[in-house]
Amino acid sequence: MSDLVELSAAQAAERVRAGEVSPDELFAAYRERAESEELGAFLTVSDSGADDLAETPLAGVPLAVKDIFCVEDVPTTAASRILAGYLPPYTATAVERLAAAGAPMLGKTNMDEFAMGSSNENSAYGPVRNPWALDRVPGGSSGGSAAAVAAGLAPWSIGTDTGGSIRQPAALCGLVGLKPTYGSVSRYGMIAFASSLDQCGPITRDTTDAALLLRHLVDGGHDRRDSTSVDFPEPIELPSAERLDGVRFGVVAELAEADTIEPGVKALFDQTLARIEELGGSVEEISLPHTEHGLSAYYVLAPAEASANLSRYDGVRFGMRAGDGDLLSLYERTRSEGFRAEVKRRIMLGTYALSSGYYEAYYGRAQRVRTKIAEDFRAAFDRVDLVVTPTSPSVAFRLGERTQDPMAMYMSDYCTVPMSLAGVPAISIPAGLSDGLPVGFQITGPAFSENRMLDAAHALERAIGFDTSPPRRGAQAVAT
Amino acid sequence: MTTVTTTAVERAYEPTIGLEIHVQLRTRTKMFCGCALSFGDEPNTHTCQICLGHPGTLPVPNAEAIHFALMIGLALECELSPRSIFHRKNYFYPDLPKGYQISQFDIPLWGHGRLGEVRVHRVHLEEDAAKLVHAGSSGRIHGAEASVVDFNRGGTPLVEIVTEPDLTSPAQAGEWLRLLRATLGRLGVSDVNMDEGSLRCDANVSIRPVGTADLGTKTELKNMNSFRFLERGVAAEIARQEEIVRGGGQVVQETLHYDPTSGTLTPLRSKEESHDYRYFPEPDLVPLAPTEAMMARAREALPELPAARAERFERELALAPETAKLLAFRSELGDFFEAGLAGAAPSDEGGRGDAGAANGSGAATDPRTLASWITVELVSRLGDANPADSPVEPAALAELVRMVSAREVSGSAAKEVLDAMAAEGGQPSSIVAERGLGLAAADELGAIVDRAIDENPDAVEKIRSGKNKAMGAIVGSVMRETKGRADGGEVGRMVRERLGLG
Ligand SMILES: [Zn+2]
Repeated sequence: MSDLVELSAAQAAERVRAGEVSPDELFAAYRERAESEELGAFLTVSDSGADDLAETPLAGVPLAVKDIFCVEDVPTTAASRILAGYLPPYTATAVERLAAAGAPMLGKTNMDEFAMGSSNENSAYGPVRNPWALDRVPGGSSGGSAAAVAAGLAPWSIGTDTGGSIRQPAALCGLVGLKPTYGSVSRYGMIAFASSLDQCGPITRDTTDAALLLRHLVDGGHDRRDSTSVDFPEPIELPSAERLDGVRFGVVAELAEADTIEPGVKALFDQTLARIEELGGSVEEISLPHTEHGLSAYYVLAPAEASANLSRYDGVRFGMRAGDGDLLSLYERTRSEGFRAEVKRRIMLGTYALSSGYYEAYYGRAQRVRTKIAEDFRAAFDRVDLVVTPTSPSVAFRLGERTQDPMAMYMSDYCTVPMSLAGVPAISIPAGLSDGLPVGFQITGPAFSENRMLDAAHALERAIGFDTSPPRRGAQAVAT
Repeated sequence: MTTVTTTAVERAYEPTIGLEIHVQLRTRTKMFCGCALSFGDEPNTHTCQICLGHPGTLPVPNAEAIHFALMIGLALECELSPRSIFHRKNYFYPDLPKGYQISQFDIPLWGHGRLGEVRVHRVHLEEDAAKLVHAGSSGRIHGAEASVVDFNRGGTPLVEIVTEPDLTSPAQAGEWLRLLRATLGRLGVSDVNMDEGSLRCDANVSIRPVGTADLGTKTELKNMNSFRFLERGVAAEIARQEEIVRGGGQVVQETLHYDPTSGTLTPLRSKEESHDYRYFPEPDLVPLAPTEAMMARAREALPELPAARAERFERELALAPETAKLLAFRSELGDFFEAGLAGAAPSDEGGRGDAGAANGSGAATDPRTLASWITVELVSRLGDANPADSPVEPAALAELVRMVSAREVSGSAAKEVLDAMAAEGGQPSSIVAERGLGLAAADELGAIVDRAIDENPDAVEKIRSGKNKAMGAIVGSVMRETKGRADGGEVGRMVRERLGLG
């Protein structure tokens, strides 16, 4: 059974359909690995999947779910102490849709508290180790989801991306991570960080798996429980392109040439550009002049929304409760003991940005930057079909390396935040290894161009030939 | 030494009053979730993950609430915002599960409008807070020993209506609020019950010297939960402000809590009012952009509104303005009145018995008389109750009024008939017949009048000498004799005839 974990999810589904393995056996194999892992990737592991999934579209291939998705009667914490013991009374649409398509939940994965972080070190339930190097972070905030798939603890997973939280951990763990167009996947049941930016998406071993999960995430269209969700205009196809003839790629000068990009990352980026041309695509330099302000705008808007989204954790109705009975002490103690430093920092930032007298200077201005960045992308897509950047300026950094320096941590999102602000889709695929650590290559397209984006990613993925079999360093420790 | 005695010039001040009204909509479900609305049900039985603010939940706007809000804006002749925005109004309080209220801020659903003589500033949609019950003497959270929250009310759709400061007296404010309540009630969008909190009113009050244009510093009065309290509270606040200004002081802008039992106004503690609500656009909702179809549906749903109805009663039926207003502002009285008029008209409808027959043959019911019988006699018997829920049939009352006009029954006997109808229903002609309340027939009456003349020579003498007051004695005697079944005017006429006074 151990060879099963070498398979992509789509390959595992084929084995199920061929009758070589049953969904139950598949679930049990992964469950055993997920239960005994030592990466810190899982917070809870499900007892069992559902029977009779062999005939379903996803054939019963189990799914790791970021602990930000509410699942009825399954502990859901968003990796925060303030939700310790919380059992949601309902299930998120994304989880429901994938379960209905035949992907039972394997377990809930670790993350940065309330999705705030780029290293998974902000979890109240301990950090996650990168299976490529156990002293390094898996990225964040969907660090547990990425580490689980990278280590072969789960065939595939879903995470959420607010400013890079799917793409950056996928890049740091040598995986494919896709953030869909804002609105295409229902946010119902996804614990909110920054509502106007949060999107659910897949973290998988290859582009085919990503397309499969995305297909069923958007299938069913507009969710009447999420007013901001929309019908995806076309079905998601499994990508098949092998060439890039006639496809025009734009390289964002401001993002690709930034000082923060490590030389190893830059080298692999340039190498991937060369592959694009080998495959018949064209590469030209474009400018997204306002993206240099993207990070600043993001760190006003996201905390502003978060400051309101996190007000409901007050100890009155659910989750943790502290204090001596007096209302003020209930609020103060519950929230000061329940939230960790990064969450408090962002609540403070956001509260300040929305305060009377400062609103226009911060929130108003950041909204205008956001509009400008969206316009930049629209103008770019008049000239090119797809835009490419490195996903993360660096490879996986060491645990503890950036915990004392929030600004350095925030820089991890430098290349991923602009797409979130513009609401456009983006995918990160592995471009290769730099000193033995994975490097991601980001492709982004206009809203609802997921099929085009996946096709280009698929052609490159084939050409790059990145070894998708799990490094299993974290898993080896338990296998012996 | 020249001293100028400065007697404080008794300047006259005029109040300026604006109202902020919260209306609970009578939708089937809450503003942003599928929970049924409730009143007086077991606490926390109408809740779900959405209205309890559970993690991951999202609001979905209630189409019926939007429809009702559109009807209200149309009725108040407001200007529609093509794309209005929901905002989050942030503050921590146990009655607010999400830590913010979804409301509207800089772009409300409706802008400027008008109802009667008062301009409307804005109309917007929002969700109601839950109900906090404080144990302890103060009835407020400070000083309470414990508080419990009932989330049934949380998330109920609310429309907030804000007027311009166009009102100039407490009585006018009360009168206008009655018009607004009648209008909303007529629209059928709310129970508009101030006791139960489905209509809530705050008032902004300021005073200024008569003849000046600038508004004085205003205070906000909360908790005016009846017409009487509104009028009394505003009057008390005007008096308080005048006293401050006359004493050389300045009115401080603050929020005041009106205690209807003691009649006192106390400032809310600054902790309870000094909020920075940190409004920002609600990212979980898209702008509210009513379509032409939605507008057409709202327009079609508009009934005749009380102001227009009062005007029609005056114009078409020649009712006195006060009576017309009373019938129109209490829609149920207006409906009863119109049903009565319709029922009294000759009809082919069978099975109405003698009432129908009488209608077919006799004179029509006079609308003014019927209006007066409803607004005076019926209301005095039923109070605030809806006459439609009483045993009195509109057509039966109209018939009774016709019988009075046709001199088939005396006014005082008719009141007794109405007592019977209010108690157990029935047709007036049957009641008159059963109880022998019909007017005495002419020959019978003639004999009684003759007897009365014989028995009251003193009165007769006085009448002959022009002292008409003495007629009372003879009429009274006839009334006693007939047990009220005589028409006083008719008796007087007969007496004069018999005395040759023509
Ligand atoms: Zn509810």
